[in-house]
Amino acid sequence: MSESGIVQDFLVESHENLDRLDRELVGLEKNPKDKDALAGVFRTIHTIKGTCGFLGFNKLEKVAHVGENLLTRLRDGQLTLNPACTTALLSMVDAVRQMLKEIESTGQDGEIDYAELRETLTRLQHPILGDAGSVPRAEAPPAPNDSKAEEKVENTATLPKPAALREAVAPETIRVGVNLLDKLMTLVGELVLARNQLLQISNTVEDTGLQAVSQRMNLIATELQEEVMKTRMQPIGNIWAQFPRTVRDVALGCGKEVEIEMEGKETELDKTIIEAIKDPLTHLVRNSVDHGIELAEVRLQAGKPRAGRLILRAFHEGGQVNIEISDDGAGLSGDRIRKKAVERGVVTAEQAARMSEREVFNLIFLPGFSTAEKVTNVSGRGVGMDVVKTNVEKIGGLVDLQSTLGCGTTVRVKIPLTLAIIPALVVTCAGERYAIPQVNLLELVGLEAEHATSAIEMVHGVPVYRLRGRLLPLVYLRRELKLAHAAEHAGSHDDAVNIVVLQADDRQFGLVVDEINDSEEIVVKPLRKQLKTVKTFAGSSIMGDGKVALILDVLGLAQRASVVGESRERPAAEKKAESVGSAGEKQTFLLFAGLGGSRMAIPLNILARLEEFPVTQVEMSGTQWVTQYRGQILPLVRLAVVLEERRHRLRALQAPPPPDSGPIQVLVLNHDGRTFGLVVDRIIDIVEAHADVRSKATRAAVLYSLVIGERVTELLDIPALLQIAGVNTVPPDQATKAAGVAN
Amino acid sequence: MNHTSQFCTFYLDKLLFGVELKTVQEVIRSLEVTQVPLAPEVVSGLINLRGQIVTAVDLRRRLEMEPRAADLPVMNVVVRSEDGAVSLLVDEIGDVVEVEEASFERPPETLRGSVRTMITGVHKLKDRLMLVLDTEKACQMAEGMVVGQ
Repeated sequence: MSESGIVQDFLVESHENLDRLDRELVGLEKNPKDKDALAGVFRTIHTIKGTCGFLGFNKLEKVAHVGENLLTRLRDGQLTLNPACTTALLSMVDAVRQMLKEIESTGQDGEIDYAELRETLTRLQHPILGDAGSVPRAEAPPAPNDSKAEEKVENTATLPKPAALREAVAPETIRVGVNLLDKLMTLVGELVLARNQLLQISNTVEDTGLQAVSQRMNLIATELQEEVMKTRMQPIGNIWAQFPRTVRDVALGCGKEVEIEMEGKETELDKTIIEAIKDPLTHLVRNSVDHGIELAEVRLQAGKPRAGRLILRAFHEGGQVNIEISDDGAGLSGDRIRKKAVERGVVTAEQAARMSEREVFNLIFLPGFSTAEKVTNVSGRGVGMDVVKTNVEKIGGLVDLQSTLGCGTTVRVKIPLTLAIIPALVVTCAGERYAIPQVNLLELVGLEAEHATSAIEMVHGVPVYRLRGRLLPLVYLRRELKLAHAAEHAGSHDDAVNIVVLQADDRQFGLVVDEINDSEEIVVKPLRKQLKTVKTFAGSSIMGDGKVALILDVLGLAQRASVVGESRERPAAEKKAESVGSAGEKQTFLLFAGLGGSRMAIPLNILARLEEFPVTQVEMSGTQWVTQYRGQILPLVRLAVVLEERRHRLRALQAPPPPDSGPIQVLVLNHDGRTFGLVVDRIIDIVEAHADVRSKATRAAVLYSLVIGERVTELLDIPALLQIAGVNTVPPDQATKAAGVAN
Repeated sequence: MNHTSQFCTFYLDKLLFGVELKTVQEVIRSLEVTQVPLAPEVVSGLINLRGQIVTAVDLRRRLEMEPRAADLPVMNVVVRSEDGAVSLLVDEIGDVVEVEEASFERPPETLRGSVRTMITGVHKLKDRLMLVLDTEKACQMAEGMVVGQ
């Protein structure tokens, strides 16, 4: 073997050994008397030292040598491992790592000679004497240890064997380059495509021989695909292995005591995903130790054990991997985050007050948001949590945070198993096929042509379907993608309707497509940068017939269709579901806070959307507030202006919104074919109520008052409101009809 | 000594364009194009080039020229770009020409707008002009580019 080949092997081997050293040293700290572990550490260092002496890396050898001397004394029981020793030994591991890097790039072990580190290591050998200059003991280790060292390496299956000591239980492995695996994966991807094509052809040809062969081919390809996928799978333990060290360093740095526990180390993930989540996870772990877990004294006062507990947990669930990072630390204070968020101008005070605890906690994932009282060198610099979220979302994952004040925090990361080949549902729309990732798919609903017309109901122009009693908003793929003949298909239901029920974030919606084809395994190919701006597609794939199909990005599509993301309707809609009980002659209202804290309502069926606009988007058209909304000019009607006394009105009308105020809440309403926005203070809820307890209106633009949830609520008279605001003029008879909530 | 370089030429409308031969991966007849809804108008769609998915850019639209008549045949000039292969849709393929540096001239000052960034200059051939196209620029899509209906 050439010398460069030997060096290469030495590097690869040593890197693995060093990673093990990190783990073992931290393990030793808990159990300093563990002779076997000490011997293991000693042998690893000894092997490194021996090899680099042979290869002529003198500086590296010197550092390893003093480390070995210290370890000799520890192993022989002349010294006991203490934190100072561990720290010094870990620094030695870092130094060795640094030099290996140097060797990798330059072929030499570098300029630094680590005199200080060597001195520390030497001094630690003689704690009592403190004699830094004393000559280290002779280093030659006894022969039996030597052979054990090789045996150890053999067990990790990384070294060519000294045959005599081979253990029968060790599985046989060979080292394979990652590039080769990637290539294999690509080829298998191609094979899967070819298989799909073959299946399609064989289905149209009457030839039993061909069909038999293609069936076998199908089975083999599927199996091969599974196996090759497995070669890329790595246990998450690989990246967790460094966490005990990370936790130790951070904990020591801020004077805390932390124990780390891991569950589900063996949970496997695709290599690319493992790499992508390494940094986010490291950040979360550091964060937990730095901010989550309290100082020992504080913990004792709170009646907790001195040492904080950090638990990493990984498990498979529904084709996804869940990773949880929980600590039993101080937890997050919702109020503190609220305060901070308002200070930073992330939300207004009112919005903050209205948010649920969970929403508040998830604010910390916003850019530039940090609740750390003081900035440490670990975290609290206002970068991080948003990067964590972005990185996890980049690979199709989700981050969620739960916390109880005083009891701890849990961050849950949900990520897909693999990105390369995914099961997907193929649908057709306007002659083109689209693939929908199975992960987003909940169920399929087919409506016969004769039922379709009655089954799909309209909420003032917005189609919905009653799925087991709950309203499912419908999104027409044709319309969203602006495909041909959108107009002619949109309103008419003369054909059977196919609804694909999808999950986006935590909402559900029904996607109406022309045809539902089949489930298929598809190979995901990313979109090029020319198409990166199109958020509705997650990628593309080649179908069985060789044509390209686009993969729908369900979340992107949902955002485009305003099912999620643009509005604040989430909590309201959830409450709505609870309040659905005895559905008699009830009507559904949207409740919001009107002037002076009074409650007001509008019938839900005229509501198109709930929106939030920053005041900077509000423009003046004459004396009217307007904003640009979906390519149209949306007039904004302000309750304050319409309902206030006349003399105030004119002045208020002419004033643009104060530029420093928070975003405004707008109900986008459809009335008589016109769309306008109603600016309100605060949205409260969506409720079902009987509209029979009512009394006469006390002011203009109010139809009548009624009791909803034991509180008197004014129902707005929309046509009157528009008339006063000067937005629209509608004959009064029609107006009453439109506003008088007909369901 | 005159430095020469080779260009792959093609026609758009009646204009002759040239791209440096070394950037061209291959030239192929029209392939089936999968349209991408909501994509910028200049993106004609995606094509399957032997298992590789390639974005097809309608060069006429990219250069703000008259759209091609629907019955005209299309050729794909597949070029290598920073971001992988991109297919440029053109009307007709011309010859590979070898030109000398001396015949090159900067585009006239009167050539303006976004087109100017894509046309780096003109080679004066014997009987006509060859416009030199910067394929990297042509493949770049500005954010918020006109979205096709």
